[in-house]
Amino acid sequence: MRKFKIAMALLAGSIGFSTAADARVMIQNKGSDTLVNVAQAWAEEYQKVEPKVAVAVTGGGSGTGIAALVNGTVDIANASRSIKAKELKLAKKRGIEPMEHIVGYDALAVYVHKNNPMKSISLAKLAEIYGEDGQISKWTQLGLEVPGCKSQKMVLVSRQNNSGTYAYFRKAVLGKKRDYKLGTRDMHGSKDVVDLVEHTPCAIGYSGLAYATPHVKMACINKAEGEKCTDPSVATASDRSYPIARPLFMYTNGEPTGATKKYLDWIMTDEAQCIILKKGYAPARAVTCN
Amino acid sequence: MTTKQDAASSLPPGSQLDADWFTDKFVMLVMFIGGISAIVFILSIIVFVVEQGGVFIFETMDIQEFLFSPRWRPTSEWNATYGILALIAGTASVTGLAMVIAIPFSLGTAIYIAEFADGKFREYLKILVELLAAIPSVVWGFIGLSIMNKVVIDVFDVPVGLGVLNAGLILGLMAAPIITSIAEDALKAVPDGYREAAEAMGASRWEVVFKVVLPAARNGLLGAVLLGLGRGFGETMAVLMASGHSVHIPESIFDSVRALTATIAAELGETAQGSEHYGALFTIGIFLFIVTFFINLAADLIIRDIRKG
Repeated sequence: MRKFKIAMALLAGSIGFSTAADARVMIQNKGSDTLVNVAQAWAEEYQKVEPKVAVAVTGGGSGTGIAALVNGTVDIANASRSIKAKELKLAKKRGIEPMEHIVGYDALAVYVHKNNPMKSISLAKLAEIYGEDGQISKWTQLGLEVPGCKSQKMVLVSRQNNSGTYAYFRKAVLGKKRDYKLGTRDMHGSKDVVDLVEHTPCAIGYSGLAYATPHVKMACINKAEGEKCTDPSVATASDRSYPIARPLFMYTNGEPTGATKKYLDWIMTDEAQCIILKKGYAPARAVTCN
Repeated sequence: MTTKQDAASSLPPGSQLDADWFTDKFVMLVMFIGGISAIVFILSIIVFVVEQGGVFIFETMDIQEFLFSPRWRPTSEWNATYGILALIAGTASVTGLAMVIAIPFSLGTAIYIAEFADGKFREYLKILVELLAAIPSVVWGFIGLSIMNKVVIDVFDVPVGLGVLNAGLILGLMAAPIITSIAEDALKAVPDGYREAAEAMGASRWEVVFKVVLPAARNGLLGAVLLGLGRGFGETMAVLMASGHSVHIPESIFDSVRALTATIAAELGETAQGSEHYGALFTIGIFLFIVTFFINLAADLIIRDIRKG
């Protein structure tokens, strides 16, 4: 009997809770798995700023998020790529006007071992290293002698084939119609790439800028052979001078209004932009965080 | 028409429709459900896996490419290929090396525990072997990734320590306690009369072991080895961490490889349900299922053949 009473009390409590929740404003936010951790952190922090607004965040991928926006089931769609022409056409047909908001950047750094003498590398050379039928497989072909790497054969470190990082690096470095070489070591996380490079003198790998440690070296990237190279940093990612950085988007239907507008405005504040910085991405603009 | 009373009295004693009768029937039903549940589960698993893989098998799959191409590129944007040859080679090389390492060690340990060690020491050994079998596979993977990696690099002077050798060693260590404990049971099952008879005829202890006990325990030992093989074949986490996870047909034991199981584990979580890639991963599951089925079938046939002969 006591158990029953407790159950009744819990039931009554949950009903009370749900009616209270109805009085609050819900913002539905769905999309990119790259952004999902940041979006979650923003939603939690925003709860403190605006207790009356609840932001519900779900992942599922950029495509899922945009599809939900087109179907009108979410207020904000997260995407780590811009909307495709096909999706835009479909949205217009349904009377939805997707509007793009850049909320941050994700920069990929090319990592090598600490003792590797390499300073800079061009995108074309990277493509020859990572791309199928690429001609470069030894450090000596770049005119380098890597200490501790006896065979001078490169150990290519990559990501598992369904990660966004893998897809973005392929698009940005290899081009649309080229695949990776077979035989890359496909790590399951951004941090694993950096870990393996740290312990492997022959290695070269790519991973998010945020995963850099003092035990590995990041290469300066040339857009074209002979041009001045750009070091990966939050600043060069934000001003788009670094070539392997992708903007992270939030899409809304038309100009945002009401609670959604307030939320997006808050995302551009220093407080929110410092959260994205802490999660390992470059903020949308220069900020100072403590 | 007979009344209930009549029916009850016409039944043999002890089968009346009383509480005992219902208890009896109830327990029988529970036993029956327990008994057929294995069959129900296995059938449901087959149906589920084939259903999920079906999209891929009937629409996209080119069996030639699937089995004989080393190109596993399911997410390519312009030319997706689904070849698992390199993954098969990865699983086979790692499991093969694991067996080469595990079989001599574990059979030696089993013979020592069953035939030579005695008293407390023997009990301690048994407990330790069982403890070894209880170490979670992710811990083994961690050892492979962080300790064995460095050891392999230092000892063999190779650029990366994650590969066939590392994963094979780890898997061998994982399979060894299983083979040991089953092999030991098999040796213990040989009646003491055999040993006593052999010793009475003047055989030395080694002669007893090699000429009498081992041949008598053949079936059990084979079963132990096949179970170890199954463990190696199906192991996922440790292999994922220690093998280097690289789609590559190995040319030496230092090369990085990728196992079938590890591919499913690494990719399934982030693949859209119902997509071709998703179906292809389930098809790998079906392939694993078929292979283990034939391993078990072969073991069964071999054991029966030995029994007859």
